[in-house]
Amino acid sequence: MARATTIRQKTITTIIAWTVAMVIVFPILWIVVLSFKSEGDAISTPMKVLTSAWTFESYAVVQDRSDYFKHFFNSVIVAVGSTLLGILVAVPAAWSMAFVPSQRTRGILMWMLSTKMLPAVGVLYPIYLLFIELGLLDSRTGLVIVLMLINLPIIVWMLYTYFREIPAEILEAARMDGAGMRAELLYVLTPMAIPGIASTMLLNIILAWNEAFWTLNLTAARAAPLTAFIASYSSPEGLFYAKLSAASVMAIAPILVMGWFSQKQLVRGLTFGAVK
Amino acid sequence: MKQIQLRQVSKSFGDVEVIPPLDLEIEDGEFVVFVGPSGCGKSTLLRLIAGLEDVTSGQVLIDGADATAIPPARRGLAMVFQSYALYPHMSVRRNIAFPLRMAGLDRAEQERRVDEAAKVLNLTEYLDRRPGQLSGGQRQRVAIGRAIVREPTAFLFDEPLSNLDAALRVGMRLEISELHKRLSTTMIYVTHDQVEAMTMADKIVVLQHGVIEQVGSPMELYRAPRNTFVAGFIGSPRMNLLEGAEAARHKAHTIGIRPEHIAISTRKGDWQGVVGVSEHLGSDTFFHINCPDFAAPLTVRADGELDLSYGSTVFLTPDLLHLHRFDDNGLRLT
Amino acid sequence: MATQHSQSVARMMMAPAVILLLGWMLVPLTMTLFFSFKKYLPLRGGDLGWVGFENYVRFVSSSSFWPAVATTLIIVGGVLAITVLLGIALALLLDQPMWGQGVVRILVIAPFFVMPTVSGLVWKNMFMDPVNGFFAHLWRFFGAEPIQWLSQASMPSLVMIVSWQWLPFATLILLTAIQSLDTEQLEAAEMDGARPLGRFWFIILPHLARAITVVILIQTIFLLSIFAEIFVTTAGAFGTKTLTYLIFQRVLESQNVGLGSAGGVYAIILANIVAVFLLRVVGKNLDA
Repeated sequence: MARATTIRQKTITTIIAWTVAMVIVFPILWIVVLSFKSEGDAISTPMKVLTSAWTFESYAVVQDRSDYFKHFFNSVIVAVGSTLLGILVAVPAAWSMAFVPSQRTRGILMWMLSTKMLPAVGVLYPIYLLFIELGLLDSRTGLVIVLMLINLPIIVWMLYTYFREIPAEILEAARMDGAGMRAELLYVLTPMAIPGIASTMLLNIILAWNEAFWTLNLTAARAAPLTAFIASYSSPEGLFYAKLSAASVMAIAPILVMGWFSQKQLVRGLTFGAVK
Repeated sequence: MKQIQLRQVSKSFGDVEVIPPLDLEIEDGEFVVFVGPSGCGKSTLLRLIAGLEDVTSGQVLIDGADATAIPPARRGLAMVFQSYALYPHMSVRRNIAFPLRMAGLDRAEQERRVDEAAKVLNLTEYLDRRPGQLSGGQRQRVAIGRAIVREPTAFLFDEPLSNLDAALRVGMRLEISELHKRLSTTMIYVTHDQVEAMTMADKIVVLQHGVIEQVGSPMELYRAPRNTFVAGFIGSPRMNLLEGAEAARHKAHTIGIRPEHIAISTRKGDWQGVVGVSEHLGSDTFFHINCPDFAAPLTVRADGELDLSYGSTVFLTPDLLHLHRFDDNGLRLT
Repeated sequence: MATQHSQSVARMMMAPAVILLLGWMLVPLTMTLFFSFKKYLPLRGGDLGWVGFENYVRFVSSSSFWPAVATTLIIVGGVLAITVLLGIALALLLDQPMWGQGVVRILVIAPFFVMPTVSGLVWKNMFMDPVNGFFAHLWRFFGAEPIQWLSQASMPSLVMIVSWQWLPFATLILLTAIQSLDTEQLEAAEMDGARPLGRFWFIILPHLARAITVVILIQTIFLLSIFAEIFVTTAGAFGTKTLTYLIFQRVLESQNVGLGSAGGVYAIILANIVAVFLLRVVGKNLDA
């Protein structure tokens, strides 16, 4: 409301909100701290952890011992690859649904959404079997395909909601101005659609990066992205706090940054446009 | 001769016929206004001429040639949309140049025409801005600029002023009229506002339910409305339409008398009534008079200085020279 | 004229997406259905023939079924209750004027972007480890005996971890919904004499109803199939075996594909029941 709140009120709100925020984000901050400590210091009491010496050694060790960057690049390839492939398939579909709607458009959209709700575990074995038959098990190609498929409904939906916001009058204006189908697409629609496509890609990369059912079940040493690689720390290696922290920080940092950029799109994407 | 003709043009959406077959001729250089209440089919009619909607039957002729099957881009018409429909990602310069670019004009010629249009429309200093950085009136001018650079056969305006506030609307109205005088190109203008129709048009087309109720110059429509709908729609405030005994006295089913054609007096007159709400505009005052003889209150125009208190008794005298008579179908009796 | 043509172009542009999703849905689904009616043990004799509904009966009557249902319900119910209630509170808080609003918002959202395996392991080792975990140190500092979180209090621990991951989602959506509330409505309510609590109850909460429904439905879908968090923390031990995890074990660990597939069909039916409600809400928005 456009009324002055008192400084006191604002101060109290600020203190409460910051406290709550710090509590929520604390686990992340804590692993950042631990990642810069030696293994010995990392398991001591919190006070000692904070006062002990800072070191980069964990980051170096993680790479040396477990070929960290191989898994990192697996994640990049899988997340970006599945997103690009998904966009390639989804843009024409979303475009035609938004601009040439028919009586069936609504039904198709709803059906696409319903495939997203299919529980993965229900089709785990068939996919596993198909992957063995096709030689896709523990391959990045296989993961790219599966992640593209599970996120395709979200991509189509997001693009559809963005495309639908482009006013029809602008396209008509272009037509009146003498633009043919090709010019309309090239000079008017694409430039207007690019922000929507970009945010769709951003959200989808995040989702694919963090996907942890198929990546865990369909990969082993070779194609494992970070989700699966980190999971290998659940065995005794997890006792190495500093190394686990360093590996975790590197795994979540890039996506955290992207996530912060895509807050708004996140809401739209994950609620299928039901909340904007 | 740059003429636009509609021959038996009709439009249906599914089973719903929004425009029954109609004929219309628009002469070269005319400023034609389609006016009517919302949902009367005036915008659809404009879009049929533009080619943005396919006609269900009939023909659209431009310069005597059948243009019915020609796509909008090649009809040589320019359109200004209600929402302006500017391209948000292009600068004003590139917005205005877009149709020229599509027509494949060389850069120098594009530049020249854009600069010229910008000068006419006072947009020169805004050429490098984006539409999002402009005010409503400026956007409107850009939309007009984009239309005039093509030097089209005719301009189509779809309620172009409805998104502007009242003061700007009056200003833009003048600018568009001015533009018409200067370019003397055919303009077809759609509005629901009869004031815009009256002030700008050479020829007004009054529409209701997709049917043309009357075509004529503003004064023709004002002086001799063909039916009660036109009578009530053209003129502000509305014409008083009366039925019953008083109408029968004039051998009509309905009689109409405009507020400006009734004299008001505190002493004597034909009809007696009681003063209701009075609206003082400064130059004029409109009184709403409740007469026991008529069902609805009468609106009467009087001098701006005249002051009558609420509830006082007055007498009204209609000017019989300006009395309109209609039959029981609402059609004008002569 | 142009419409006929553009319709067929549209169909062609839609085809790849439709065909891919159709294949993705139908092929595995058919296979799951097929396996669910067979005795199929890939490591112990392979395809041992049709068994009718035996797998369906056995899956439901096995001793792990009802505990798994209970576990699933506790996780879904617990996490939903925590995230929705705290989410509303947090959203209201973040909507107030304060210094550094943008930063606070970013911090609160952060956990959502942490991959499930990382959050599972970080909580398990760095926080809930009974010897070296942060909580153990904290408990000892106050002279208390550290809790064996993931073995003695496995369910609350798991609910806590998952809630931490999903609270940002609920908060963000509810905050977006609150901010879309027309302030004039609140001002009108204030003029009508509604106190803050009244304004919350009669204006804000009804306005949020739709967003809350969406949060509940979407989270339910995701929570029903939660996997990695359990995989890296307890691996299904200590009573944390959900339906999803049970099916996973049947299929991949004990390689009893027929039985697991029958479980999969149950899971699909369950998810579809939730999905129908979600689709109805989303579909309404499509018309608007």
